[in-house]
Amino acid sequence: MDAVAQWRKQWFDYTQYLRLEGFLDDQFAQLKKLQDENSPDFVVEVVSLFFQDSEKLLNNMARALEQNVVDFKQVDACVHQFKGSSAWIGAMRLKNVCINFRNYCEAQNLEGCLGCLQQVQQECSALKNNLENLFRLEQQIVAAGGSIPVME
Amino acid sequence: MGVGAAEAQFHVLAVDDSIIDRKLIERLLKTSSYQVTAVDSGSKALEFLGLNDQDDQGTIAEAPSVSLNNQHQDVDVNLIITDYCMPGMTGYDLLKKIKESKFLKDIPVVIMSSENEPSRINRCLEEGAEEFFLKPVKLSDVHKLRPHMMKGTSMEDEADIKGVEEIQSPEKTRTQYNGFDVVS
Repeated sequence: MDAVAQWRKQWFDYTQYLRLEGFLDDQFAQLKKLQDENSPDFVVEVVSLFFQDSEKLLNNMARALEQNVVDFKQVDACVHQFKGSSAWIGAMRLKNVCINFRNYCEAQNLEGCLGCLQQVQQECSALKNNLENLFRLEQQIVAAGGSIPVME
Repeated sequence: MGVGAAEAQFHVLAVDDSIIDRKLIERLLKTSSYQVTAVDSGSKALEFLGLNDQDDQGTIAEAPSVSLNNQHQDVDVNLIITDYCMPGMTGYDLLKKIKESKFLKDIPVVIMSSENEPSRINRCLEEGAEEFFLKPVKLSDVHKLRPHMMKGTSMEDEADIKGVEEIQSPEKTRTQYNGFDVVS
């Protein structure tokens, strides 16, 4: 098996793993469909934007939860936005944590919220690593003259 | 661009406060060959459309020879797609303002939301929204926009004629079969 074929196989295995583990769902495939010759870096751009935006949102959530009197509505607003963005890139696990997070916000449960915040941070970190791995793999395939397989 | 690309490109105004959503919507629309203008608030959308926030529409109505195409920005928008949840002016507020405006009310409006709330959906549709899309919006959703954009263009007349022909042909078949000349 030549290098390109080997990397393509790795790509298939890795994307399958990411989907099975729930890191990515079908929406990520939808995202890839929007990438073409006119917009060759679209997915990477969106993902970068997502992580930039999420860092800001997570900081806002953390700060809001540190206040003496916590404004749960404000926290909820951040989580709502974060959940929306996560859904756009197919980040299923993140999206699910956000659902729990919003429930704790509604119940004004500080401990629950803090737990969710930690979970979100961990999931975000894990997803970032996974996507970086995936993109690196794709770069290798392209650099070796191969084409990135179509998702799904 | 497919057959009949002689028509001008349709122009969509996208409204969403989230930068990621704007980027995605813009890409979805451009992939479907629409020209896109994306703004981050309802008030910016109204500004773009030539309608100010504190607008007294009575004044515009009184102004002589003012039509949508003659407004100072000479804007030609075929469809507005807006997020529901936005700070300040919500998508629903924006929808209302558009439908209340003499000059903008015929522009089709589509609402997007990440929340699947039947009461919200109904409220928007009742206020005159053409469609309600759940986020994340898919390419298949964007395909649903075309018929709405065809309204109010010469395409509509063509479609109307075709519709009439279709209604008439069964009659013709029937009359031929019966051998009578039925005047409908």
